[in-house]
Amino acid sequence: MTAQLTKEEKFEAIWQGKLSPKGPDGNPLPFQSPEAEKAYKDRILRFKDAIEMKKLPDRVPVTVFPSMFPWKNAGMTVEEAMYDYGKCAEAFQNFVLELEPDVHWGAYAPGSGKMYEILDYKLYAWPGHGVAPEHSYQANEGEYMLANEYDALIQDPSGYFTHVYLPRVFGALGGFPMLPFLPGILEIYGLPLSFIPFGLPPVQATYKALFEAGAEALQWIGAIGGADGALATFGFPNILGGFTKAPFDVIGDTLRGTKGIMLDIHRRPDKLLEAMEALVPLMIGMGVASAQQTGNPLIFIPLHKGADSFISDEQFKKFFWPTLREVMLGLIEEGIVPLPALEGYWNTRLEVIQDIPKGKTVWMVDQSDMVEVKKTLGKNACLLGNVPSSMLNLGTPQDVKTYVKNLIDTAGKDGGLIICNGAFFDEAKLENVKAIVDATKEYGAYK
Amino acid sequence: MSEELIKAITEMREEDALKITQEMLDAGTSPLDVLDACRKGLDAVGKCFEEGDYFLPELMLAGEMMNQITEIIKPKLADMPDRERHGKVLIGTVEGDIHDIGKNIVSFMLDVNGFEVLDLGVDVPPKKFVDAIQDFQPQVVALSGFLTLSFDAMKNTVAAIESAGLREKVKIMIGGGQINEEVKEYADADGYGRDAMAGISFAKKWVGVK
Repeated sequence: MTAQLTKEEKFEAIWQGKLSPKGPDGNPLPFQSPEAEKAYKDRILRFKDAIEMKKLPDRVPVTVFPSMFPWKNAGMTVEEAMYDYGKCAEAFQNFVLELEPDVHWGAYAPGSGKMYEILDYKLYAWPGHGVAPEHSYQANEGEYMLANEYDALIQDPSGYFTHVYLPRVFGALGGFPMLPFLPGILEIYGLPLSFIPFGLPPVQATYKALFEAGAEALQWIGAIGGADGALATFGFPNILGGFTKAPFDVIGDTLRGTKGIMLDIHRRPDKLLEAMEALVPLMIGMGVASAQQTGNPLIFIPLHKGADSFISDEQFKKFFWPTLREVMLGLIEEGIVPLPALEGYWNTRLEVIQDIPKGKTVWMVDQSDMVEVKKTLGKNACLLGNVPSSMLNLGTPQDVKTYVKNLIDTAGKDGGLIICNGAFFDEAKLENVKAIVDATKEYGAYK
Repeated sequence: MSEELIKAITEMREEDALKITQEMLDAGTSPLDVLDACRKGLDAVGKCFEEGDYFLPELMLAGEMMNQITEIIKPKLADMPDRERHGKVLIGTVEGDIHDIGKNIVSFMLDVNGFEVLDLGVDVPPKKFVDAIQDFQPQVVALSGFLTLSFDAMKNTVAAIESAGLREKVKIMIGGGQINEEVKEYADADGYGRDAMAGISFAKKWVGVK
């Protein structure tokens, strides 16, 4: 990703890198067999073709993007998956090997319960910390940023996160508000004054917690990243490069909360708009950094509070869409493929969100009307979805097969379709989840 | 001035609404009349929401205006007067799920549509619903859930209501995230609503409001 490359060249470079995987030692990844190597490359190209919409892939690609299902299916509790990294990785590996989807998304969903404990994480409830062992973690919504703090966020978003937001959501980061103003460290005169905070017990305790959290995170990635590597040798690539968020959702989900942002639309619309603009470079940077770190081309963007029933179309056009679009264009500029997820219903937004460059994005569709989505957004973008969670849980494999066949017939004829579940799920019947993959392979060939 | 207060609330002019409230009280308007105007404003906001002109920002701001005006009026009233109600609805997010945005919208809309609502909050175990049915005697029970775990939690809640011998006394509606007709059948509920308006129609139909 050097500066002199065009965005098209950067795009190609990332996918070419993905097609020539390296092992942990830096040498070419040793595949289990020549067949596994061929399948790996075919699967990546199948996705790439579907996304670019320039030529048809050999068949409709298929994947499954679950939440906690792989671990529940293995008879584990979510708690076990969050605390026993080895078991977590092994269960996920078995899940992918049994399903044989074209690509997978890694065993990253459970995360590290131990690390959250070390940091005294308050933003989420997780098993043993507010939810039962068998249930998934869930957000504790709150007003973590106060209404009168917009100027602080706008002037220095990173400083605001360090000094104000992070200590509120991590109990162990109580030393952060005492940290010196780092851009004030310029010359020798007065230099020791800037370093006094690092000698203070609360700051040292915070750094101690950070060291422990970092060590735990390394343990975790050793196991979880190991599953990615092992699955690649069997021919199953992970193409997820990380995630970022729409600026409206950053403020609405985790900073001001739903009520806070909805009131701000009326009470302080200009500050809200200004703050979202200030967050754009950070959200681009977040996506670019993790895509570079992983070498994977897709950056996931879960979309929440712009759905049909939250705000009006006019509010969507003014508050939600412009900065989301800027974030996506910023990622595309770096050759990265944004993967926004239209969680819930987005039927009234389709005309607006189709305004994006063709063949550069993939959209996960949940309960929006797929035929309408195809006619609008689908002219410019690959769609991924949308087998319903209720069907995976309560239906039969035949229901799933019929649904998938219909999706392929109505939304997949000219390419630009990837078959997948529509929303993240924890509970389902394995035979129904398998039917997603099997039905796509059965009906999805392009002749 | 009542008309002005109703208009200010309906048009989302928060500062004006508070100013007019104070002016009305200063001019000797009875607190009950102020409260009545405020409720009419809220009803109008509810209608705009039902018609798809207003969304969460307006519902939440209307709720805030109502709270602030109630705070101003409360000291001047011996008791908050009861409104005439169509019926009672018991609502809560089912066990294991702590999402509350959808539930809160439905609660708000039921309230402005003239129902007495008892909100049990989030992560509500089946037994708590059963106990509340016995104490509160609602005609309608509304179960909310966002995650896929809520399919079973809803089924268990309906089953608990059944085994407590209360199933015939209440109509049960469900909604939220991944809920649909298929889940309604599975949970053995009486209705699934995709949005708050669908919930209001069920509640009205079930208690016999036109």
